[in-house]
Amino acid sequence: MTATMGETLLDKVWRAHTVRTLPSGQTQLLIGLHLIHEVTSPQAFQMLREAGFRVRMPARTFATIDHIVPTVSQQRPFGDVLAEEMTVHLVRNCKEFGIPLFDLDSGRQGIVHVIGPELGLTQPGMTIACGDSHTSTHGAIGALAFGIGTSQVRDVLATQCLAMAKPKLRQIRVERALARGVFAKDVILTIIQRLGVKGGVGYAYEYAGPVIEGMSMEERLTVCNMSIEGGARAGYMNPDATTFEYLKGRPFAPQGAAFDRAVAWWQSMATDAGATFDDVVRLDGAAIQPVVTWGINPGQSVGVAGRIPDPAEAPGPERVTWREALAFMDFKVGQPIAGTSIDVAFIGSCTNARLSDLRAAAEVARGRKVAKGIRALVVPGSQAVAKAAEAEGLHEIFQEAGFEWRKAGCSMCLGMNEDKLQGREVCASSSNRNFIGRQGSPTGRTLLMSPAMVAAAAIAGAVADVRELLR
Amino acid sequence: MSEVAVRRQIIGRAIPMPGNDIDTDRIIPARYLKSVTFEGLADHVFGDARLQDPEHPFNQRVYEGASILVVGLNFGCGSSREHAPEALKRWGIRGIVGGSFAEIFFGNCTALGIPCLTAEMADIDSLMRAIARQPSLPLVLDVERGEVRFGGRTIPARVPDGTRSQLVTGTWNATSVLLEAGEAIEQVAQRLPYVVGY
Repeated sequence: MTATMGETLLDKVWRAHTVRTLPSGQTQLLIGLHLIHEVTSPQAFQMLREAGFRVRMPARTFATIDHIVPTVSQQRPFGDVLAEEMTVHLVRNCKEFGIPLFDLDSGRQGIVHVIGPELGLTQPGMTIACGDSHTSTHGAIGALAFGIGTSQVRDVLATQCLAMAKPKLRQIRVERALARGVFAKDVILTIIQRLGVKGGVGYAYEYAGPVIEGMSMEERLTVCNMSIEGGARAGYMNPDATTFEYLKGRPFAPQGAAFDRAVAWWQSMATDAGATFDDVVRLDGAAIQPVVTWGINPGQSVGVAGRIPDPAEAPGPERVTWREALAFMDFKVGQPIAGTSIDVAFIGSCTNARLSDLRAAAEVARGRKVAKGIRALVVPGSQAVAKAAEAEGLHEIFQEAGFEWRKAGCSMCLGMNEDKLQGREVCASSSNRNFIGRQGSPTGRTLLMSPAMVAAAAIAGAVADVRELLR
Repeated sequence: MSEVAVRRQIIGRAIPMPGNDIDTDRIIPARYLKSVTFEGLADHVFGDARLQDPEHPFNQRVYEGASILVVGLNFGCGSSREHAPEALKRWGIRGIVGGSFAEIFFGNCTALGIPCLTAEMADIDSLMRAIARQPSLPLVLDVERGEVRFGGRTIPARVPDGTRSQLVTGTWNATSVLLEAGEAIEQVAQRLPYVVGY
């Protein structure tokens, strides 16, 4: 690279955190923020104990509890003895190793990818790791954030570093503007549909263009969250005025004059004009429709006005998976996706359980009723989201419409608590994965869509075009 | 580095797992993650799929004792749960060859000393057919040379250079390698405005 060429945020953050080049050729990368939770950390702490290691930088490590918490009552001890045991272990590990924990009584507990940005822990220019694939979420703030496994959680606990190869970089530009009733969720589902669930393997994604730049921070978090569903381990947006405005005044964000100095550094970490990418992809934002998935991976989706596609028209390697998806979902080729009956409506998850998501769903639910026989639940992403939503009366709008208003956690996104699909139930879900068995029933079926579309489906009892309810 | 950690070759019988985009929820459903250890995971590998399909490869007795898994494209996508490679390892899998792998899964396997080799799908398909014809067929996953040998045939099957180096030198447990950086870790941290204070 010559001196006249610009650098990307990926280049700058990578360089600022490089400790050394390892004998394998990989980079030893310092991790500036390590987030942990109860599912992927207990074995790592045990390995640490067995090896006699301490936590290298406990002050740069934060814990919460999210995956297994019940959402009806969060009174301890939990009724589920296994969930209780995992909680006991997390509390004990945090105490023993000096790690701050946002526990159930803290007012700050929630889904790890909701609370990181919300508390101002996530900041531009950082490297972030967490034993959860949706760590890509934090890239929306202008950070490089990687999902890792338990052995790597151990590595970060013990050394504050990861051994990683620098990814290639693809810029995804979303041009023009979104139509009314089209949300961030529809943007990322469209990107994944276009590039495929393995299109991002080996890449980080830089999201850019007028649609992305015009998004609120919460919308950007939704987009980055699902980078991993497109195969990209990390995705980010460059920090800008929206980012700085969002961070101002948050508990862990710098305050006063330090905030202004921070902004200067954050701005310096953004991709330079004239920087080059390994690949650039452009999408027309104005052409994006409200999206619904019809299959068993997040790339298998169609606009709400569309029909179930024919596997014969699928790209070669996709044909087998498309056929498998149609058989599992019990869809017929050519059938319209709108009108598909649902049994359950789930508004929640690290993708779509922030205040603006709940507002969008409440706008649809206001003054309407959930269709008879539909089990509908709203699970806020954090205790702070729940409190803010209750302060504006959103919980009452949902409850009057027939939704259950729950407590914060991952809930039915992955069914590790009591919130599960039963049998062959079909769920309209604002979560991120429609994998077979994902929502807790081995044969349960998931249709991914935006929170507003989930609310519309709950009211209609079937997949419906939210744009007709917003008129 | 210890000699027992060296992964130059994996030799054994294979189990074919056809299909693309097989996610880690399918390898190990989330409800089996409710534990503070990895013990007992072997019993639940592909748990739900096996219950629904008696013909599932992991239900077939002819593949019992296999140590090499043969897969399609994007194997291990989705959740970062290391329970997935742990479950496979505890079932007996020592190495995997496939069309392609999801990145986090690939890294988790490497961290457990399980080499994941990438081959052309045409070669994977013929390998799967050969195994179906003769389940006792012995395979050699040659990490060092970047190939798989079976029944007198050799197909190219590669691991990226950095990972291959970790596997063949037995340095795939990254913690000890990372610790060798010593105080350089703190020195890099002390140059970051968000660590020292803006």
